[in-house]
Amino acid sequence: MVDAIVFLVSAAIVLGGGLGVILSSHPVRAALSLIASFFGVAVLFILQEAHFLALVQVVVYAGAIVVLFLFVIMLLGVDRSEDLAFEPLAGQRLAAGLIGGLVLLLILGGLFLSGPGGDDGAVALTGRPTQTGSLELSGTEADVDLLADDLFSRNVLAFEATALLLTIATVGAVVLVRNRGAEDLVVDEPGTATS
Amino acid sequence: MEVTETWYLVLSALLFSMGLVGLLVRRNPLIMFMCVELMLNAVNITFVAFSGALDDIAGRTAVFFVLVVAAAEVVVGLSLVVALLRRRPSLSVDDLTSLRG
Repeated sequence: MVDAIVFLVSAAIVLGGGLGVILSSHPVRAALSLIASFFGVAVLFILQEAHFLALVQVVVYAGAIVVLFLFVIMLLGVDRSEDLAFEPLAGQRLAAGLIGGLVLLLILGGLFLSGPGGDDGAVALTGRPTQTGSLELSGTEADVDLLADDLFSRNVLAFEATALLLTIATVGAVVLVRNRGAEDLVVDEPGTATS
Repeated sequence: MEVTETWYLVLSALLFSMGLVGLLVRRNPLIMFMCVELMLNAVNITFVAFSGALDDIAGRTAVFFVLVVAAAEVVVGLSLVVALLRRRPSLSVDDLTSLRG
């Protein structure tokens, strides 16, 4: 019962934060709604005994990524409200809503129509797992231990690849925002004199 | 009333569709990145729910990797936004037409 209440409250926070992101006209408000949504997701992770992932969710998403968003918004001074009533492309919102509704129906249909084996829910979508029993939630081991065991044994190559990916992303960001060579990037703008 | 993995999957589907609609509707690239983050979070909820339901740690490892890739994506995307705004006064994807054929 407590689980259901915690789930419903945090689901409301997650969905409310998501609505805030897509409906708010002010970018700073959208970023703050995004933090609310991330915290709701972190609570859902705790509810599923994924304590380490909840911690990482708060530290990386709410702590680093959204702060990066807010930093860019305020550094560039784009924290102006935009007029959401103006729709530049006629029928775009209707089409977007239709596509979103169709995707939702597709996912829910896949979830609730039972699979070939007559299974319901998760197993109907994925089939039988390959590694059953690797998650011993009732055991004494913390979930970070299990995660580390899996990460550094079966996935150690992928782990090193992500280290490389982060290095490349950092170097790429520095190259992209470097000011030197900005004159090479000038493109023809309508209304400005170019030579 | 017990919380089963179906609850999480329905919530995740709702959040994913919401992010998709926002990505298609909004014009501000920063907001569009936020909508991509919403969709990634919906997928993370799914991964953790399946991990618990199928008793398999691989789902949680996948969430870890999604987090890392999301961080890298945001770093590159935001530096692109910064580089664009150096040359343009407004921030709207409608104005980014210099690559058209």
